[in-house]
Amino acid sequence: MNGAAKNGMMLVTALRDPASVARLDADGWACLIAIARAELLIGTLAHRLAGQPAPERVCAILDDARINAQYQRRSALWEAKCAKRALSTYDGRMVLMKGTAYVAADLRAGIGRSIGDLDIMVAEDDLKDAEQLLLTIGGWEWVKEDAYDDAYYRTHMHELPPMIHKERDRMIDVHHTILPKTAGPTPDAAAMLDSAIVTDNGLHIFAPADMAIHCAAHLIADGELDGGLRNLWDFHCLYSESSAADTRFAAQLLTRADHHQLRSAVQRACRLANYLYGDRSARITITDRLFIRRLTARDYLGRGSRKFTRLAFYIRSHLLRMPPVMLARHLWTKWRKGS
Amino acid sequence: MLHEFRVTVGPASFRLSSSWAKPIAQMRALYAGYPAADIPDFNVRLEPVSPLRRFIRPSAAIDGDYMLPDAAPLPARQGLLGLEMGMNLQMALGWRRQMILHASAVERDGRALIMTGESGSGKSTLSAMLGQIAGAQGWRFMGDEFALIDPESGDAVPYPRLISLKNEAIAAMQAASPGGHFGPLMRATPKGDIRHLAPPPDAIARMDERARPALLLFPSFGRDAAIRDVPPSEAFMRLTQASTNYVALGEAGFRALTRFVREVPVRAIDYRSGDEAMELVEQLWSALP
Repeated sequence: MNGAAKNGMMLVTALRDPASVARLDADGWACLIAIARAELLIGTLAHRLAGQPAPERVCAILDDARINAQYQRRSALWEAKCAKRALSTYDGRMVLMKGTAYVAADLRAGIGRSIGDLDIMVAEDDLKDAEQLLLTIGGWEWVKEDAYDDAYYRTHMHELPPMIHKERDRMIDVHHTILPKTAGPTPDAAAMLDSAIVTDNGLHIFAPADMAIHCAAHLIADGELDGGLRNLWDFHCLYSESSAADTRFAAQLLTRADHHQLRSAVQRACRLANYLYGDRSARITITDRLFIRRLTARDYLGRGSRKFTRLAFYIRSHLLRMPPVMLARHLWTKWRKGS
Repeated sequence: MLHEFRVTVGPASFRLSSSWAKPIAQMRALYAGYPAADIPDFNVRLEPVSPLRRFIRPSAAIDGDYMLPDAAPLPARQGLLGLEMGMNLQMALGWRRQMILHASAVERDGRALIMTGESGSGKSTLSAMLGQIAGAQGWRFMGDEFALIDPESGDAVPYPRLISLKNEAIAAMQAASPGGHFGPLMRATPKGDIRHLAPPPDAIARMDERARPALLLFPSFGRDAAIRDVPPSEAFMRLTQASTNYVALGEAGFRALTRFVREVPVRAIDYRSGDEAMELVEQLWSALP
């Protein structure tokens, strides 16, 4: 790809059209690999490019990435089983979320995916029970004890403060819904838990529409789009795999999104996924273009670029999370504590 | 604007980038004679922690393709150390082609002596001494930090990066190898005083030549000379701790390591001086089948 702009769009192109990598020169490959690593998509890319001709060193790098993705899959499922075992006396549902759910159900989104923390969801009323079991029987402990953060998480967030396992050094995030309580939309978490389905290995995951909606909410309605290309790839895989299995999926998805007050986030995710990873038949808006600018903000070494766009999305992420007065109070407290 | 240097060390290639020219120039000088790299396996970067800290009390953040959260920055004048630490970290976190052991290695007659142990055991200095001084006796330096074990063949793959000398080892090696190509002396780094030494020319020229592991040693500095047998089970457990990627390699790692401890004799040695250690090594080596 001599002369083509070296930014996140290179990774998007390679994922959408694996055969396009035939045009890469050595520097193009170096750039593609650095960006894929920065976006935590190197394992996904390695699987997408399987069978494509590539320089010898690139093949070795991609082999390493496939080995590593296999390791992440194995340890994610192991963590899920450990959490499930710790919660064996809990009679409510423990639903796996994000990457662990994708690999537990053997979904396309899980192929080569990098997985860090274990994310699970339980009913809000049961948080206390689940938390106690994880701390006492499971062997997890709080990452840091801080009264303000703890109160903040419990009053305003959609999850408990993070816990880390004493021996295995792996984090667990225990959610009770999919967006901060202070965010605009209020998804119906109880309905998500009710509709959850069981995988072959006895673990619960969200039903397909809820899974795609959570992915879109996480990407569009929460956060500053860090790791956005990976989340959007997840959405693309979830959407296309479910649509292929059931032609009514697209319509069901929107009905369900209405129920969770997340229609616009889901629609934007659909447009962006189609434009970046799909057949590009979707018409995108001017705001969509800003999202694309942010999603692909990487330079040739994989460093974050486009500082102003990043800052704008950073501010947006905080405004999405909470009303301005509350945000000011929160930032003031954090600043005084120097963290 | 970033200064850049690309280098291949054994099977791994790196692209080093720095906001400051000096660490790159130092790397270029110390890695003279190593092959360049067109496609790097890994990127390592040194950049100021904030724009001001490029010039005022310059402070370098170490970054790269793979990073640990909360890595501490270094004064920019220790940039060379930062780049080396970044390279080690890329290998430890990202390399999956061979099993990585925290160990040093030297070779003679196609067979490898591998030495592992805690920091301070002397494994690094011993490999440097054998490679530099005993070069005449046929030892080839393969690496002082990582021994790479190929999971398919079981062979040791050389990784002759710069030798990182710490504290007392600096003076010892300067005395032992007066003609050696040393880097700048960096005092009071987070790891103590550090000075790098370029490996001997034959270690660089033959860095693609693998060797069959023939002896594993656990050296331990500070007690009267002694040799002890180490059962394979204990060696196995200690090597799982000494490996950066054993768990990530899964079944391939398990096969490679069980085969290693079955095929390779293992000894622990105590010693009080470099000469004593080298004598013990020669004694054990000559007794090998």
